[in-house]
Amino acid sequence: MVSPNLPLVKTNLKQRVQALADPTRMAIFERIAEAGRPLAVVDIADGLAVSRSAVSQHLKVLKVAGLVIDQPAANRRLYRIEPQSLAELRDYFDGFWRDSLLAFKQAAETPEDSP
Amino acid sequence: MNDTDTLIAPVRHSLVVDVPRERAFDVFTRGIDRWWFRDHHIGGQPLQEVVMEPRTGGRLYERGVDGSECDWGHVLAWDPPASVRVSWQINGQWQFEPELARSSEFEVRFIAESPTRTRVEFEHRGFERHGAAGQAIHDAVSGGWGALLAAFAAATGPDGEARA
Repeated sequence: MVSPNLPLVKTNLKQRVQALADPTRMAIFERIAEAGRPLAVVDIADGLAVSRSAVSQHLKVLKVAGLVIDQPAANRRLYRIEPQSLAELRDYFDGFWRDSLLAFKQAAETPEDSP
Repeated sequence: MNDTDTLIAPVRHSLVVDVPRERAFDVFTRGIDRWWFRDHHIGGQPLQEVVMEPRTGGRLYERGVDGSECDWGHVLAWDPPASVRVSWQINGQWQFEPELARSSEFEVRFIAESPTRTRVEFEHRGFERHGAAGQAIHDAVSGGWGALLAAFAAATGPDGEARA
């Protein structure tokens, strides 16, 4: 239903979607989103089946993709979701109308007598 | 969450179709039955046809296979080939809402980029007018983005490298 080459794709979203395509990064992202407060690496790694350093690497990817923001706090860094990126992702995946408009596009560009 | 004064973000889309704007307008409106997804309807009968009556005040409705009709909204502004604005009179129970004041609306604008190319700008807005159900209706027409994100993620591969 959704292809990476759709004409509506905002180019800055591709990196974000790809960052979330990794199950571990998705889990990390969800954990931060659900916490509702900034989390330290140790909090994020707790209960995940990956090492703390692996979590740090994943966080780096999420940060470069603009999905999370970090801020220094005492002797560590705290991570939280970048709300604007979430809003943009959400807009991109506005499913019903988006899919309908793509169906419209196909109908408009297909001659009437075609099946 | 029953504060009807709280604005709910519109759903916006923009796309380009490789046809003249007259045709784009015509397919979107008179031709709506050609592209409307068959499972998106509210009547009790399987969907036979979706109709947008081509005039201001015209109805947007579905006809079931038994001939029964169920309204979805009305054409609020018919301005071919530039734009069309239609009320979305479907409430939180997926039933027809007779009151325009308790309905959202969508507007489609057709902008010529060339004689054979048209930019289509779509906006569904005014969800807050649905009252307490506004956010749910917004979310319904926005689709389960989580599921779509998962589908997209699957399509781009486990390492985040797009295959396409």
